[in-house]
Amino acid sequence: MVASEIAEARRGGGDVIGKLINRNGARNGYSARYSAFDLFRRGLTGSEWPQAWRSHDLKSSYEAVIVGGGVHGLATAYYLAKEHGITDVAVLDKGYIGGGASGRNTAIIRSNYLTPEGVRFYNRSVKLYENLSAELNFNVMFSQRGHLTLAHNDGAVRTMRWRAEVNKLEGIDSEVIWPDEIKKLVPYMDTSEHARYPILGALYHPPGGIIRHDAVVWGYARAADAHGVHIHPYTEVQDIVVEDGRVRGVRTNQGNIATNKVVNCTAGYSSLVSDMAGVRMPIGTFPLQAAVTERVKPFLHTVVVSGTLHVYVSQTDRGELVFGASVDPFTSYSTGGSLEFIEGLAGHVLELMPPLSKLRLLRQWAGLCDMTPDYSPIMGITPVEGFYIDVGWGTWGFKAGPVSGEMMAELVATGKTPKLIAPFDLARFPEGRLVGEKGAAAVGH
Amino acid sequence: MILLPCPHCGPRNVSEFRYAGETGPRPNPNSTTPQEWRDYLYTVDNPAGWTTEKWFHGTGCRRYFVVERNTVTNEVRDSRLPATQLENSP
Repeated sequence: MVASEIAEARRGGGDVIGKLINRNGARNGYSARYSAFDLFRRGLTGSEWPQAWRSHDLKSSYEAVIVGGGVHGLATAYYLAKEHGITDVAVLDKGYIGGGASGRNTAIIRSNYLTPEGVRFYNRSVKLYENLSAELNFNVMFSQRGHLTLAHNDGAVRTMRWRAEVNKLEGIDSEVIWPDEIKKLVPYMDTSEHARYPILGALYHPPGGIIRHDAVVWGYARAADAHGVHIHPYTEVQDIVVEDGRVRGVRTNQGNIATNKVVNCTAGYSSLVSDMAGVRMPIGTFPLQAAVTERVKPFLHTVVVSGTLHVYVSQTDRGELVFGASVDPFTSYSTGGSLEFIEGLAGHVLELMPPLSKLRLLRQWAGLCDMTPDYSPIMGITPVEGFYIDVGWGTWGFKAGPVSGEMMAELVATGKTPKLIAPFDLARFPEGRLVGEKGAAAVGH
Repeated sequence: MILLPCPHCGPRNVSEFRYAGETGPRPNPNSTTPQEWRDYLYTVDNPAGWTTEKWFHGTGCRRYFVVERNTVTNEVRDSRLPATQLENSP
């Protein structure tokens, strides 16, 4: 129904509006699109919003099965349906949609990486994010408020220069700025020479910013559903059936599915899912802890990251300050936080912004990060035919959601690895072609 | 906070230690192939459950030792000296 409408609109047979707008969200029995008028009408009448995506019974076979219902999995499903016409797709998640790493990150978007491969890839993602609200007809609240990476020593300043030059060669707005300019951007920060770790300079990246991570997940889920993708929360993959080196299906706690294509889009548990298909991974699972304060008036208008102090700070639209750190120093699947982390984090934040000492923390949490030896993701084919991976997203996964979905969809649909993700294949480890992003990771890892 | 029982110093806060990764057989550097060596360097089991790993007591006895830890609960059930000190020290 929806596809035929689009086809009709493209032929010129549809109404004028049908040609101008995307049809994500359009389906029988639902309001076709979210609009300001709709918001006004429901505000007056107090009527309920319909569920943004439908529930389905698990079919016994799908053309493709995506494991992991976060931003990567849902974006892959969306672009498979929209760009390649493959709509017989199931997205499985063992919990609720967006409850894993997609709901536990600190929602920072940027592309000022160190390697040309990384910069090109993440820049494509920033471009997709810039247009995402219009693309999905869902407000993802992308705020490009600028991103500051502070340098507290000469070595860090040199790396910032290096990154700025690589970024500029790739056409990205990125420049090293000095304490007087930093003070103008963040007046509450201690930029004096008397700080414990004086700020010598910073890499300033104006297109960077923060986003509402739940909205990205929900927007992709709604748009993928509108194209006919089945979304199955609380459906845990327990085994992947491989015969003669080919994927034949998956076994879940809700039933078995026959399929020739499985995409592993999980985070935290990605090596366990790959183990089911017999593919061994160079991945260690490390928790990353974060915390959020009570709400205060807006005063912090950029994202501030300090590698030396291992902390990043941003203020959400609701006024909460979000703090994140580097990963814990040892592997674990535990998402329980620790008091030590909060003590260290608070100390570091107050080094940067002493006036925050009266703020109270609301909560802390941990997300699971799949760390790879070269701090770059692993995307592409595996030795098992029909088993694709989009994993190893460590602490840099959320910002890559749209471009990963776009690239993985192209790979699954055409069977050819897109140029943009070719450097990130699994074979780089046995072949010794690592893509070292360690210097560019925001908190130095 | 979790406590790690150091075989020399007794239970101490985990922040005193450095995690040194999963234990496993090390290929002979004189006869290994580049592929085997990279597999040894990069590929890990990363289990959700009991695992055997190396730790280094950086602010204590400065010795490496072997720990059996559950990666889901962070419970430790065994901590011992390596079978031979040389084989297990990086």
